[in-house]
Amino acid sequence: MEYFVQQLINGITLGSIYGLIAIGYTMVYGIIGMINFAHGDIFMVGAFIALISFLTLVAIGLTAIPVALFIVLLIAMGLTALYGWTVERLAYRPLRHSFRLAPLISAIGMSIILQNYVQVAQSARVKPLPPLIEGTHVIIESDVFSVELSNIQIIVVLTTLALMIVFSWIVGKTRLGRDMRACEQDLKMASLLGVNIDRTISLTFVIGAALASVAGIMYLLYYGVIDFFIGFVAGVKAFTAAVLGGIGSLPGAMLGGLLIGLIETFWSAYFSIEYKDVAAFSILIVVLIFLPTGILGRPEVEKV
Amino acid sequence: MSPSPSVQDNSANTLGISVLAAALKEAALAALVALGLFFFLIGIKTDQGPTGALVIMPRFEALAMIVGAVFTGSFLRALIAGNKSIMSRVELPAWIVPKLQWAGRFMGAAFLVFALALPFLFFNNRYVLDLGILVLTYVMLGWGLNIVVGLAGLLDLGYVAFYAVGAYSYALLAQNFGLSFWIGLPLAGILAAFWGVLLGFPVLRLRGDYLAIVTLGFGEIIRLVLLNWRDLTGGPNGISGIPRPSFFGLPFDESANGFAATFGLEFTPTHRLVFLFYLILALALVTNWVTLRLRRLPIGRAWEALREDEIACRALGINTTNTKLTAFAIGAMFGGFSGAFFATRQSFISPESFNFGESALVLAIVVLGGMGSQLGVAIAALAMIGGFELFRGFEQYRMLLFGATMVIIMIWRPRGLIATRTPSLLLAAGKAKSASSNRDGDGR
Amino acid sequence: MGDNAESILAVEHLTMHFGGLVAVDNFSFAARRGEVTALIGPNGAGKTTVFNCVTGFYKPTVGMIRLLHPDGREFLLERLLDFRITKLARVARTFQNIRLFPGMTVLENLVVAQHNPLMVASGFSIAGLFGLKSYAQAEKAAIDKARYWLDRTGLLARADDNAGQLAYGEQRRLEIVRAMCTDPVLLCLDEPAAGLNANESADLNKLLLFIRAEHGTSIVLIEHDMSVVMEISDHIVVLDYGLKIADGTPSDIRNDPKVIAAYLGHEDDATELSGAGARP
Repeated sequence: MEYFVQQLINGITLGSIYGLIAIGYTMVYGIIGMINFAHGDIFMVGAFIALISFLTLVAIGLTAIPVALFIVLLIAMGLTALYGWTVERLAYRPLRHSFRLAPLISAIGMSIILQNYVQVAQSARVKPLPPLIEGTHVIIESDVFSVELSNIQIIVVLTTLALMIVFSWIVGKTRLGRDMRACEQDLKMASLLGVNIDRTISLTFVIGAALASVAGIMYLLYYGVIDFFIGFVAGVKAFTAAVLGGIGSLPGAMLGGLLIGLIETFWSAYFSIEYKDVAAFSILIVVLIFLPTGILGRPEVEKV
Repeated sequence: MSPSPSVQDNSANTLGISVLAAALKEAALAALVALGLFFFLIGIKTDQGPTGALVIMPRFEALAMIVGAVFTGSFLRALIAGNKSIMSRVELPAWIVPKLQWAGRFMGAAFLVFALALPFLFFNNRYVLDLGILVLTYVMLGWGLNIVVGLAGLLDLGYVAFYAVGAYSYALLAQNFGLSFWIGLPLAGILAAFWGVLLGFPVLRLRGDYLAIVTLGFGEIIRLVLLNWRDLTGGPNGISGIPRPSFFGLPFDESANGFAATFGLEFTPTHRLVFLFYLILALALVTNWVTLRLRRLPIGRAWEALREDEIACRALGINTTNTKLTAFAIGAMFGGFSGAFFATRQSFISPESFNFGESALVLAIVVLGGMGSQLGVAIAALAMIGGFELFRGFEQYRMLLFGATMVIIMIWRPRGLIATRTPSLLLAAGKAKSASSNRDGDGR
Repeated sequence: MGDNAESILAVEHLTMHFGGLVAVDNFSFAARRGEVTALIGPNGAGKTTVFNCVTGFYKPTVGMIRLLHPDGREFLLERLLDFRITKLARVARTFQNIRLFPGMTVLENLVVAQHNPLMVASGFSIAGLFGLKSYAQAEKAAIDKARYWLDRTGLLARADDNAGQLAYGEQRRLEIVRAMCTDPVLLCLDEPAAGLNANESADLNKLLLFIRAEHGTSIVLIEHDMSVVMEISDHIVVLDYGLKIADGTPSDIRNDPKVIAAYLGHEDDATELSGAGARP
């Protein structure tokens, strides 16, 4: 029982990170109907920017960790958002009216570029970071197994919740959110009604990338180690989460993220840690075959 | 089309300064973006310090160089193209297309002759022979994937899975049941096709981008299973000592009943290499022959129709699931053949050879060559694999180059370098004749 | 509504919901064999949805769609998959926004339409792979059929050009004869005259009348161009907001006050429908 509760906590933490990445997939898919294959790598870039900017801040003498982390958050969100913007501008926008496989192939190319660019620039070795936020709370005492909740886990979950609230507000209440929803319904019609499509799409990528960078920081703080390859696997899992929750649906992305996080954690805890990625990929295939509209997604009507 | 440059010239004369200013502004903006993008990732290098903790070192010269390059590049681009993409302006003139087609025929034949002659020209050059075998392996993989991606328009990101299935099938069959290469080869192809059907049947009704993700997932699953199922596959250590192919029963060794002794030749290990070269050449040519043949059959036309418009296909009574499945299975089969060849050539395989990068490389070859173009794929394989050999020291930039190739080709020439398509049948026999006589005329 | 013995398509109680939206509501009509039946109504009335149900692209929420072949066989279309409807029940269709294979030649477009018989002739590709003679003959027959239809539509000279290079009106005609290459008993045309000029429209009328007269193919069409509808239809069904509001001969429809009220108010070209041109 204690073991179970511990896995539940770990799963929710991991799921929050996946959920934040999944939002980027689901938003882009909702608006332009493409899988932004490079999104997982944007997450990875965000984690690297966070790591290097943190080390830089420490090197120039900023040792108050909470202040440093706050600045890192701003830097990483801003610069990763710039990556999101640039990727859309260079690799996707010119292809908006090309043949149907073109944006997807371009996205795969972009993903490969980002991965190998980071590998070339920062080497393929793993990058460790000593734990910055320490302290744990024992929730359930037991002789066999004590359930612990660490501060970092609390921070991950709370930050995710806060971002979800802000983000829901943006989509639901602001002008930008209205434009995004209009584009989601009908891109052509939205542009006829005066919505600046290019700007809205750009901002979608910018927001998605900023959220992914937060996920990157969380990942860095939680695991304390990153490398250039983390975006690939995390990206596929977050995409699975987006599909499982119902692609195009924001609460769905969060729900899917939590489910994938829980499934992965429990699978590793009770079955086999070696096959945890196999489990994630298998879920992706099974979900796409049997539940292509996801849990909270709308059924898609084919336009004939 | 023609008036636009002169208009630009005029505006450049009268508004030269404002154009210059606009270009400068754009370049400055691009440089600023580049500075933001690259400041931490290129401007600062992280390294493992003596204590194991990370230390950072500034690398501002590299940063300055890149930002400077971005500035210059976007300045020139803004100046020359007047803010419009240069890419979209580069178009082949109409008269060159028939010439290219003629050149294509000629080039295809020239390539074939060269390939056939290569072992004689470079008999003493193991390096060239090895490289030739490698290039031909990728030509075959490219042609196999071309059926799926180029003809049927199904984006398969896990093609390497079938390559792996072929390689491991042959390796395991040979090791556990002592099957020879000539029995193992077809079995490897059949098993790969079987896996293709098994995966394809449920997933091929998915929309195109979902299919891409699922095939990617499948590729990873296969690799992870190969990595972790140690009892069967040897895990990360792979399988070694895979039997080499024999010349229809004659082994390539120094024994009395070996190949060299039987034909009264002096023994040299090059014989095996030459044999492998001709073997993969033959396998690739079979792939090519089958593809060209199928293209002129109803199934091949249905593949291409599927690529053009799936809904229209369904409205014409075409069973799209089965049609996709055949493309998938046939593509997988050729992947399996290549895998078996890879296993017997290397005599050692491990999961490392079958990662996503390999799928991406084959896809880049197909995309670069021109989806659906056999000659284009062959040229792209030669350029990519050969190109990497030329720039050996830049190994780490290899993948960077694949990625960039995919993006640039999609923007510049989405149908690939060789984008002309030969119709699968022509109505007017007379017209076809006149077209071919034109070609002869060009040849003179 | 017509004698069952001579009807080819009977749509009964067809209802189609999309989420909360009722696109088609308890709609019934019959199309008679050898006739041209027009389905008209203002934009958004649910006409294309009816087509999509008949041709299997949508599964109706409620209702039955029966197709009767001249030899007496009956098909329940709502139970068949889209491609089987063309393959077995032999219903062919065109699309509102033309769906050709733009990168393939005109001739290839017409040969792809003969996919199913050619697949059988090629021994499901195996006989064809080794170049059997029987397949060569079947392919020649397929080309001859394509040539016949190209000749009818004046596209013979363009046979080896890519379909995407044709002019708009030519693409419309090509799509219709491509559907005819599947040997349909029922041809469903979704706005065949949309975007055509007067000459092209007249040519289209001739082509459709030719198809009906020479091939006995029954036609159901959705159309806004009243010059086409009134000239070639034997029978008109009017749909508004998913409901059927009128059903009869062109002269019945012309004078139906409900049609005038529901339909004429919105449509400019509807004035041709009735000299009165009454607007509510």
